[in-house]
Amino acid sequence: MNLADIRAQFPILNESVRGKQLVFLDSAASAQKPRAVIDAMVHAMEHQYANVHRGLHWMSERTTEAYEGTRDAIAALLNARDRHEVVFTGNSTGAINLVAHSYGRGILRPGQAVLISGMEHHSNIVPWQMLRDAHGIELRVAPITDAGELDMTAFEALLADRKVGLVSITHMSNVLGTYTPAARIAALAHAYGAKVLFDGSQAIVHRKIDVQALDADFYVFTGHKLYGPTGIGVLWARRALLEAMPPFMGGGDMISSVSYECSTWAELPHKFEAGTPAILESIGLNAAIGFMNSVGYDAIAAHEASLTDHALSRLAGIEGLNVIGRAQDRGGVVSFTMQGAHAHDIATLLDRQGIAVRAGQHCAEPLMRRLGLDSTARASFGIYTTHDEIDTLADTLIRVREFFA
Amino acid sequence: MFDDLRDLYQEVILDHGRRPRHGVRLAAYDATAKGDNPMCGDRVQVWVRHEADGRIAETGFEARGCAISIASADLMAEVVGGHSDAEIRDLAGKFRNMARTGTAPDGDAAMERLRPLAGVHEYPSRVKCATLAWHALLAALDGKGDSSSE
Repeated sequence: MNLADIRAQFPILNESVRGKQLVFLDSAASAQKPRAVIDAMVHAMEHQYANVHRGLHWMSERTTEAYEGTRDAIAALLNARDRHEVVFTGNSTGAINLVAHSYGRGILRPGQAVLISGMEHHSNIVPWQMLRDAHGIELRVAPITDAGELDMTAFEALLADRKVGLVSITHMSNVLGTYTPAARIAALAHAYGAKVLFDGSQAIVHRKIDVQALDADFYVFTGHKLYGPTGIGVLWARRALLEAMPPFMGGGDMISSVSYECSTWAELPHKFEAGTPAILESIGLNAAIGFMNSVGYDAIAAHEASLTDHALSRLAGIEGLNVIGRAQDRGGVVSFTMQGAHAHDIATLLDRQGIAVRAGQHCAEPLMRRLGLDSTARASFGIYTTHDEIDTLADTLIRVREFFA
Repeated sequence: MFDDLRDLYQEVILDHGRRPRHGVRLAAYDATAKGDNPMCGDRVQVWVRHEADGRIAETGFEARGCAISIASADLMAEVVGGHSDAEIRDLAGKFRNMARTGTAPDGDAAMERLRPLAGVHEYPSRVKCATLAWHALLAALDGKGDSSSE
């Protein structure tokens, strides 16, 4: 892959921030958008836009084709058996809440448990707490090791009484960069009679996802981290599960017929897509998937593995800097603390040099507690990140340390 | 490299951020409150002891946070001594205003001491770092026990 060509496709990378060339190391929060995504959305608004699934006119038919075309692209991206297994949501949070509501209240029974891990984003904690409090579900948390990996022995022990009906777990930590062993997790969950949901918000940006090979039951991700627009996310689930689940939200598009006495639900996936969907965003997401496919996951993974190795090696050489998490299988999300400098102060100083990192708890407060930390700074890499940018980060961090020494 | 950041990180802030003079839990106190900023994880607890005449005798704090939040808590603890609760509420209002706009009335000794923190007004995401301890102090004086700078 030609990095210069890739960077040329992201107009924002030409921007200066505070008089410096932008060094954007916050892609795990939200990624920048390639020209293909920007153009696809503008083109739709200028030339081909109407509401979907209802109009009997040319514009609506073409827009419906574009919207449904994104579903096909996602089914192919995930190697789903069936395009009807792809449900559009607002984001990963929306997808998890859909499952917590429809599968949680519709299928799980009071007394059953949901098992999450000790390195979840709040979006994979709070919906299950709400389910627990509303529906009498037990919430279990599988601990992580000091290295920042899932403790598989403890994980299996928590499944042993077969009360866990659903395992809901990240596929890649947004704080530690740890990949969880998804295929092994799914095999264990199934062996003990549980279904499994993976939060792929981070993982799908960096790795080819095959829901059949993983033997997943649910897989969720969001468009805006995958170089697509905000406002669109995806729930993939096995068809039989989606068919058994009651709808989440009621409204237009999700019904077959409506009377004051009763309504019947539309076929999959529309049963779960009430209201006018994120039409323009779906068109943008399709372009983002096209962009990912044009680069290729093998090239993306190789580039990011090289960036991560380089970053870990450079950061290890900075006195007083501590990288959080030492998982064997990890990706391009690197959290760190620095002796004598708080994460916010680090972020403010880096920002002055045009370097964007995130600082804080990263929507993972329980994980931060587990690590004994109040906050970390986090550098995260994307397809457009360069080795030079990581050198700029490391060189600047050395100066940050001097500033606070 | 960071010369233009000296407005924000003045020497007095770096100094008080590194070595706060009032960063202690008071053994004897009549008011206390915690403040936290859930977005970033900063936490502070403030303890206050009043004199019989209602003026503040001593203020101490424990904080986990950035240089700005610690220095602000420390300078606050320093300047509120000898003031009544009403005066402190007035001062807190002036401080909040300074943190947001960068300006403070002249001729006020306490505000002069706090003026190095005026630089935060150029960093909207950092204003709450500077005001966190003040939120906690006001909550303590109001007998609320907890506050948030969100």
